[in-house]
Amino acid sequence: MRVLVIEDDKETAQFLAKSLKESGHAVDLAGDGEAGLDMGRGALHDVLIIDRMLPRLDGLSVIKTLRSEGVRTPVLVLSALGDVDDRVKGLRAGGDDYLTKPYAYSELLARIEALARRAVPEEQQTRYVVGDLVLDRLSHRVTRGGEAIVLQPREYRLLEYLMKNAGQVVTRTMLLEHVWDYHFDPQTNVIDVHVSRLRSKIDKTFEKPLLHTVRGAGYMIRDGAV
Amino acid sequence: MTELPRRVSGLLASSAFRLAAISAAAFVLLASGLVAIVFWQANAVLTDQVVATLSAEADALRTEGRSGRAGLLDAVAARSRPEGPGLYVLVDSTGRKLAGNLSRVPPEVLSDASGGVFRYRPITVNSSAPVPPERLAVAMQIVMPDGDRLVVGRDIEDQRRYADGVKRLVIAGFVALSLIGIGVAAMISRLVLKRIEAINSAARQVMAGDFARRVPVDGSGDELDGLAVNLNAMLERIVELMAGMREVSDNIAHDLKTPLNRLRNRVEGALRHDDAVAHKEALERTIEEADELIRTFNALLLIARLEASTIDDSATDVDLGKLVAGVVELYAPVAEEAGARLNFAPMTGPALLLRANGQLLQQAVANLVDNAIKYATLTRPGAASCDTTAGSSGVIRVALAVENGEALITVADSGPGIPAADRERALRRFVRLDASRTQPGTGLGLSLVAAVARLHGGRVVLSDTIDGTDMPETKMPETKMPGTKTPGTKMPGLTVRLALPGTLVRGAAASGAQPETATVGTVPLDADSTTDVRNANLISVAGARGVGHNARV
Repeated sequence: MRVLVIEDDKETAQFLAKSLKESGHAVDLAGDGEAGLDMGRGALHDVLIIDRMLPRLDGLSVIKTLRSEGVRTPVLVLSALGDVDDRVKGLRAGGDDYLTKPYAYSELLARIEALARRAVPEEQQTRYVVGDLVLDRLSHRVTRGGEAIVLQPREYRLLEYLMKNAGQVVTRTMLLEHVWDYHFDPQTNVIDVHVSRLRSKIDKTFEKPLLHTVRGAGYMIRDGAV
Repeated sequence: MTELPRRVSGLLASSAFRLAAISAAAFVLLASGLVAIVFWQANAVLTDQVVATLSAEADALRTEGRSGRAGLLDAVAARSRPEGPGLYVLVDSTGRKLAGNLSRVPPEVLSDASGGVFRYRPITVNSSAPVPPERLAVAMQIVMPDGDRLVVGRDIEDQRRYADGVKRLVIAGFVALSLIGIGVAAMISRLVLKRIEAINSAARQVMAGDFARRVPVDGSGDELDGLAVNLNAMLERIVELMAGMREVSDNIAHDLKTPLNRLRNRVEGALRHDDAVAHKEALERTIEEADELIRTFNALLLIARLEASTIDDSATDVDLGKLVAGVVELYAPVAEEAGARLNFAPMTGPALLLRANGQLLQQAVANLVDNAIKYATLTRPGAASCDTTAGSSGVIRVALAVENGEALITVADSGPGIPAADRERALRRFVRLDASRTQPGTGLGLSLVAAVARLHGGRVVLSDTIDGTDMPETKMPETKMPGTKTPGTKMPGLTVRLALPGTLVRGAAASGAQPETATVGTVPLDADSTTDVRNANLISVAGARGVGHNARV
């Protein structure tokens, strides 16, 4: 995956570049809005990471310009502003996801990977399969090894989101945002409890665990060890 | 006295004085203009009259003169009374005086046929009398056919004196009016200045740091008094905000510096050892603590921002039933995990819509439920021995209702409660009552709820709920302790009421309240009255006086 980071703070940019490279991604850096816009125009990247406050041209303007020019590359907006309104503004300008500083690198990585995947036009999948776990999106039925698993509606949506992102790390915040549509910090680790309930239903009686906890990052569903 | 010039110059520089002085000057100018016009007009009328009289007399004498010099001489002699207003002189063609009470033909009259103004000295009868002063007169001359010239005149000295008197009077009046105007202007400005100076000196003292200082209010209710009242209100608000700022900085100092220091100590301690495992562990703990700090910081910022913003720009119609059910659903497994039971009785009937910021309200309710779960499973310090199964005694009840046109979100827990004296404090930023110091969390939960309430124009009130009257629509579990004989553990419950005035609309769709709650299959909805809910804390969120609301619940 090739990532363009438009960030004026050199240290942050270097940290992101180094970390992303270590995660196996190619990284281009732009130090201001205009340079970033020029590089983004080529649509050579899988994901753009754009800081909101940039010299010469602010982040939201960069996104708006790119979108008006037909560049559809997914954008993750980074911002020190964390208000409800700021988030909405960021998404309205054409951003695909919004991350408030300070953030954990694992959160950022999980989010850009999810963004990059989303951009690939997947044919409307009616079934998610991970190992012997099958989720049928038409009948809303979940089976493992042919055995039916009864899930609460929310558990079903949780599993659906995890399986949609199978093999990828999904953070707690991402789950809270996508499964519950909550955009606040619930303080207690409510997500952990929900995931552990789901795990007890899909993994407990089976030998091979599918739902894994990725330490310091979140969760991942995949066939095999993390 | 150096004080006087300073005060005078201060007076002259004041806008009150300038205003009064300008209006006085305008009045004086207008008045003198009027007087001048009247005077000029009167003078013109009088002059016209004199001229008309002279012409008439001249005509009469010209007629006399037609019959010959003798008749004219008689007529002139008859009319020429000494010291009378009529002045006459008849001279022959050589300029010799023939008759009349003027000594000579005044030269001013000769040049102009229509007459002229001149000065003369009246001929006195008694030659020994002192020479009389010159007087003013007008005259015109008539040339007779035989070459004699007759000058007919009229004394206007009295008229002139009268006019002079009027002129002097006008000038004196002008001066007097000006002086009075200046005096009144000075008086007005001094009165106004005194009050403005009082405001100024108060402002200066406040600027110098005396924030308790207030502008004197005299209760007259006039503009200056209103200004003083408003300034005082403004000062009050500033003081409030400053106190808030100070509180925040104090709290930051305490609740952020302490963990920062802890974090620093840990890193320092880890650096002293050359152990890779210890380093890794220290780093991981550091990240955790940094996250906790960020969380605290974010909550603090959010509260500060809420206190300075208005709801208008972010408000939407929020379905309260859905919102509460959603939060309950999110926390139900958490409660269960913690050994508490989370009960929610969803409202039946049409949806309850409130003009609100949904996300903040979600967060507020989540904070309440989160808190409730934390405390429901807490046992009171002195009562620990009485609880045989500490993990299963907690009960949390959540209810949504409309009471007196107010939406009421109620969250009750069976925790130890908050003593009455501490309730006010519990809503403040960063306050964690001693009992909860050891619990995780930023200590900002309730104060965030309070801030959200304020944003929605409401308030949060904590109070006793031992009788359960604050839980409408849901029967409170028995608050007495069945079968328990531990009087020492008896504590009143707690109600936190959040009142939100706003537009409350009852949606027409009756099914609206149901969908989310339907998923709460795992939540035991039946009230178990046998549960030992000994110290039920009620936290109710009351909202919104219904403006367009008329239906009963």
